[in-house]
Amino acid sequence: MSLEVAIRHRLGAFSVTAAFSADKGVTALFGRSGSGKTSLINIIAGLLRPEDGRLTFNGDVLVDSEARIFVPPHKRRFGYVFQEARLFPHLNVRRNLGYGRWFARHAGEGADFDRIVDLLGIAALLNRAPANLSGGEKQRVAIGRALLSSPRLLLMDEPLAALDEERKAEILPYLERLRDETAIPIVYVSHSVVEVARLANRVIVLENGRISASGDAATILSAPSPAISRREAGTLIEGTVETSDVSHQITIVRAGTLRIQVPHLEAPAGKPVRLHIAARDVMLATSRPEGLSALNILPGTIVGIGQAEHGMVDVRLDCGGVTILSRVTTLSRDLLRLQAGKPVHAVIKSVALDL
Amino acid sequence: MDWLVLSDAEWMAILLSLRVSSVAMLASLPFAIGIALILARGRFWGKAVLNGIVHLPLVLPPVVTGFLLLILFGKRGPIGAFLAEYTGIVFSFRWTGAALACAIMAFPLMVRSIRLSIEAVDRRLEQAAATLGAGPVWVFLTVTLPLVLPGIIAGMILAFAKAMGEFGATITFVSNIPGETQTLSSAIYTFTQVPGGDAGAFRLTIISVVISMAALMISEMLANLAVKKMDAA
Repeated sequence: MSLEVAIRHRLGAFSVTAAFSADKGVTALFGRSGSGKTSLINIIAGLLRPEDGRLTFNGDVLVDSEARIFVPPHKRRFGYVFQEARLFPHLNVRRNLGYGRWFARHAGEGADFDRIVDLLGIAALLNRAPANLSGGEKQRVAIGRALLSSPRLLLMDEPLAALDEERKAEILPYLERLRDETAIPIVYVSHSVVEVARLANRVIVLENGRISASGDAATILSAPSPAISRREAGTLIEGTVETSDVSHQITIVRAGTLRIQVPHLEAPAGKPVRLHIAARDVMLATSRPEGLSALNILPGTIVGIGQAEHGMVDVRLDCGGVTILSRVTTLSRDLLRLQAGKPVHAVIKSVALDL
Repeated sequence: MDWLVLSDAEWMAILLSLRVSSVAMLASLPFAIGIALILARGRFWGKAVLNGIVHLPLVLPPVVTGFLLLILFGKRGPIGAFLAEYTGIVFSFRWTGAALACAIMAFPLMVRSIRLSIEAVDRRLEQAAATLGAGPVWVFLTVTLPLVLPGIIAGMILAFAKAMGEFGATITFVSNIPGETQTLSSAIYTFTQVPGGDAGAFRLTIISVVISMAALMISEMLANLAVKKMDAA
């Protein structure tokens, strides 16, 4: 199961040049708006014909500009979930779900309707018209519709961008289940660190139509990048659930030698989880603070201090082998005399880690 | 209320009008959908010319259209002679000719209505259908056509109403033969030309108003329905 992309495409003065491969799990195309993410995913889907290049899936040639091969979208069997759900207004939810399934069954395959309806929690909506669904419900139906077409690959173009925070939180768990319970590779376009941190196995960073970095999610999201907005910069920590304190709804996540307390995370012990710790949520103390509500006080050493920008600096810490980023003002840096090698405590409110 | 009772000749004119209008509407429908699709979606040289030709009957004096039909589709006209010889279809001085004249006159209205509703279709829905495995023909049949349907129905009704009222082109092309080419409008015209024909003209006028009014109202209703559906999406 592997998608190989090597294409070049010009749109007016802007051009997209990208070469990468994507296999099982979630590959995120990450970048700011206008970086060429949507053009790239449309090229993969076949909605946009690249000027130049090659696109193959499992050795199946879908685009080859030299051999003049271009397989149209309906023959690629790639599911596509758009930013707006794009449900057919003249069909009810059941028929929308059945649309791609009908063509897939024609090709001799049919996905399991009940299992997918159940996975997405849309059983109660089947007889409703798309016009009467909330944004989150529409998007779940759109995901189900794409899945039921028995896709070989699932493309998602900012599927949560048009939704408010609550609806996002409603859909993210379904996407995680999708990643964990199906074998379909997913290409996920997003500009949100939070979404990518939660979902992606691999991240490809796009800037001005070029790939500026690629690699596993933890490495890419912890490295400074212009694709990550100042407010969202931080580090991604991969850990496992250790124990849960049911009475306080606190879960302890172990990452290396660190034990981090996280609120309201219902997961069995041993389950791998990712924590995105935003640099702006991390305080520094030169001595261990007392009488503080913040639950996570992690001893560590300053590894390096970044360039000052807008009166703020990013301080890189090593806390028991785990790298954590903290953003402080230049004033705090000078008052606390922060410098590389100095032992400090990183203070993180558990509430800031609410997934 | 005796004056309201229709004579046989009047009934004949009404039934003929309904037949001519129905045939004109149905026979021109596939062409109208095709042309509307080309005008809404196509990008080619000469699109403005095609658009002009389609709309010509709307702006030309009907007599001119009728005369052109007579020249082209008459017994000795280039198209008329060809069709008579190879398909057996004769237009001149037959009810089929009346249907042709009505179809030509109503065509711009039908194309316009269908074209507007094709242009209102969200093409992103068609892209979505393609990614779900539907080829271009299936996309058209299962997504585009159902969304355009209200526009098609509105166009058909408008064309039907226009055909019911057509007079100039029809009388020029196929004359005014009772039982063959004398439609509602021609019959009213004939009544007004003879002394004491006012009552007959008035009876047919009422019927004409009722049919046209009903057609317009249904068309308006369907157009509103279409707009509502698009908004909901």
